[in-house]
Amino acid sequence: MTITLTINGRERKFEVDPGEKLLEVLRREGYMSVKKGCGTGDCGACAILLNGRSVNSCLMFAAKADGGEILTVEGLATGEILHPVQTAFLAEGAVQCGYCTPGMVMSTVDLLTRNPDPTEREIREALSGNLCRCTGYVKQIRAVQRAAELMKDGEPRV
Amino acid sequence: MSDRAKNFATVGKSLRKVDGFALVTGKPEFVADLQLPDTLHVKILGSPYAHARITSIDVTAAEAIPGVACVLTHLNTPSTRHTTAGQGYPEPSPYDSRMFEDKVRFVGDRVAAVAADSEAIAEAALKAIRVQYEELPAVLSMDEARREGAPVIHDESDSPGIYDAARNIVADVDIDVGDVKQGFTESDEIVEFTCETQYAQHTPIETHVVLSYLDSAHRLVLRTSTQVPFHVRRIVAQTLGIPMQQIRVIKPRIGGGFGTKQEVLLEDVAGWVSLQTGRPALLTLTRKEEFEASRTRHPMRVRVKLGAKRDGRLHAIEMEATSNTGAYGSHGLTVLANTGSKTLPLYNKAPNAHFYGQAVYTNLPVGGAYRGYGATQGYFPLETAMDEMAVRLGMDPIELRRINHIQLGETSPIFEKLGEGREGVSQTVKSCELPRCIDIGAERIGWTKKRGKRLKVGSWVHGVGMSIMMQGSGIPEIDMAAATLKMNEDGSFNLLMGATDLGTGSDTILAQIAAEVLGVSLTKMLVTSSDTDLTPFDVGAYASSTTYVSGMAVQRAAEQVRDQIFGVAAPMLGASANDLTLRDDAVFAASGESVSLARVCQRAMYETDQFQIGATASCVPHESPAPFLANFAEVAVNTETGKVRVVHYVAAVDCGVAINPHMAEGQMEGAIVNGIGYALTEEMILSSKGRVRNPSLFDYKILGMLDVPPMDIILVESYEPTGPMGAKSVGEIGINGPIPTIANAIYDAVGVRLTQTPFTPERVLEAIKEAAK
Repeated sequence: MTITLTINGRERKFEVDPGEKLLEVLRREGYMSVKKGCGTGDCGACAILLNGRSVNSCLMFAAKADGGEILTVEGLATGEILHPVQTAFLAEGAVQCGYCTPGMVMSTVDLLTRNPDPTEREIREALSGNLCRCTGYVKQIRAVQRAAELMKDGEPRV
Repeated sequence: MSDRAKNFATVGKSLRKVDGFALVTGKPEFVADLQLPDTLHVKILGSPYAHARITSIDVTAAEAIPGVACVLTHLNTPSTRHTTAGQGYPEPSPYDSRMFEDKVRFVGDRVAAVAADSEAIAEAALKAIRVQYEELPAVLSMDEARREGAPVIHDESDSPGIYDAARNIVADVDIDVGDVKQGFTESDEIVEFTCETQYAQHTPIETHVVLSYLDSAHRLVLRTSTQVPFHVRRIVAQTLGIPMQQIRVIKPRIGGGFGTKQEVLLEDVAGWVSLQTGRPALLTLTRKEEFEASRTRHPMRVRVKLGAKRDGRLHAIEMEATSNTGAYGSHGLTVLANTGSKTLPLYNKAPNAHFYGQAVYTNLPVGGAYRGYGATQGYFPLETAMDEMAVRLGMDPIELRRINHIQLGETSPIFEKLGEGREGVSQTVKSCELPRCIDIGAERIGWTKKRGKRLKVGSWVHGVGMSIMMQGSGIPEIDMAAATLKMNEDGSFNLLMGATDLGTGSDTILAQIAAEVLGVSLTKMLVTSSDTDLTPFDVGAYASSTTYVSGMAVQRAAEQVRDQIFGVAAPMLGASANDLTLRDDAVFAASGESVSLARVCQRAMYETDQFQIGATASCVPHESPAPFLANFAEVAVNTETGKVRVVHYVAAVDCGVAINPHMAEGQMEGAIVNGIGYALTEEMILSSKGRVRNPSLFDYKILGMLDVPPMDIILVESYEPTGPMGAKSVGEIGINGPIPTIANAIYDAVGVRLTQTPFTPERVLEAIKEAAK
């Protein structure tokens, strides 16, 4: 079947099998930031924004996203100009291996779009579905706080 | 900050990762992100039995499925014995593995592999393979392994390096200092504990994955998620029986390792597929396969007996370890040896010490390298026993440790007696801020205010506990690292290193070291690492070696390049080379006159006595200086449910000079959270038939953001004179802390000693009930 997705601002049509997951389709089409860590919705490495909300693309049938707007981390920066969430993750040392980073960044963008001034508890809750084995989360929590500051200071939003 | 460290321009700064931009923008830098046309997808058929002989295997139907390129079994692949442990040559692990064999030794052990046009076809083909098994009696616990008449797991005659195959013993270690028997007789107080640790897994978010292909010269390229690219090259050549020069190993960005990727697990299969078919082959473990068939931390039972004088001075220490290495002996000997060698030197004052133990085979998942590498298992009983000893002697646990721990300028006989599965290397401690770590940690947790108070909040009782530890920095006289630095005529440098960044940030901190020596900013360093064709040799990322060993190689290469720069610049400045200094991308004479690095290199390349400014340097360390750590935890124990909550965790660590403080803290934070999971939630549950019953990240609980307690990581800087820029190591030590620290805090709260990990509500509640009887 053919589906239409707007990915990072560009409308594209894909041939997909009815049983195919969104994660597999995105990777097949070259959006390699979308990572597979489990395939069962437990780790969040495949998180992307679908119509502005963070979803685990490994659990979603591609067909179900038909007509949707998708944002992956590839669509976040403008050339060398990083999105404030990306800037904050780098500045706080919140990236180690970087495998969970795209999912973590997208979940953060989702959070800060809905809640520009989250408490630490709200950050922990919003990102509890994104597992990271390297960092212990300390610097990631700080990065989200810093990103919130940067976005308040008028850095561009998504 | 130490005085010597204060003058650094680049070292000691939390600079951004050199690969950071690529990682936050999602560039296709990981193994499976490279899409090559015509790639085959490889799937592996795992054994359904813990122990069985394959009596027949029929792949006709599988091969007939359209889209199947090849099916591999023991009948059509090389049978060379090797170890999957990615260690230096000759490896201290037994050669007890084959690519495929007619015998399987654990549930999930390799039976066959299929390479096909798609994953779906490969999976269908796996189902079409007809295998007849003769099920054998299995060894399903450490205790059964050495029992008289137990099934022999490695009954083959061609596996060298096994200590006693007929009795399922992989390795045996026994070292003595003084006379412990006498020592215990002379002691006033004796404490003895036996602690058991569980099957646990690394769970990097990226599972094991390799992409293999043939290059234009028909050489085999392995783009693989590994901690040990050079060992992969050597071991795959050995396993496949092809010349090593036919292989190139590239480690791109990888999604975490923690030890599990110090294993040559998949590269032989993918490589063989490419060699047979000429096509690229991608082999990725699913999360379930990762749990069932990759590597684990060796579960251990460790007994510690301490003897002390009335005044608290330790007089005798005995440690006996039994390690379960599972179906193959990967890292079996060395993890066992490190259980003693990385723990006992901490209490060097005891004149009598004995460490002995064995690693045994079972028909269970396979052990391997895992951050902490045996020390984690050893510190649990050692620091539990120290805590109990303090109670018995009526001393503060901090005080007992203070009078017994190793100090600056001291040595331990254990250093020399016990090394990496063989004799060790003697050394004295040249940097140690452990006393300050203890002070700072005790203050931060509120030790005197909280200890023994048993604050009650509803059914929660609070307590505090502490522990101290040391690790090492690389393997002395064995590890080897090299780095090449070459200069470009714009004043930039290519830094080529065998060192393997598995997410730790080593590409960045090693470049910081070079930048420091050469007086340039980090942006002038162009880093290429871990490509066996392009970079010089390095044993890889393990044993807390990268900063100390690879860092020293980088520093030396940079110093040689600096000297060459001075040689070219001296006549340009009309000064003697000895009077020159480097800073701000220029060479300065004592007069204040300067010439830019770009000009220096232009002269060397285009003008006078032309040559390439560049150098390769190596490092083989002669010692393994220990980082030191003091851990403090406040926990709350629910006396009705048995649940343990970590309220606050404090870790004060002496890692020498932190080349990049953010990254050093990050190593500690990650290791401690991993350790808290290991202490409280993580456990591979095995069925009575040896099958992993919880092979998913849903059922095997690693901590998420909601589960992580407030943590204070304090870098207590020292200056290690033998290290690059004063640095030691920080990669592993943190993971050893949570188990004994939390166990001791539980004791402070509710008066029970937990001796089996993880400390689940069931176990805690049972211990509380038992104590109340």
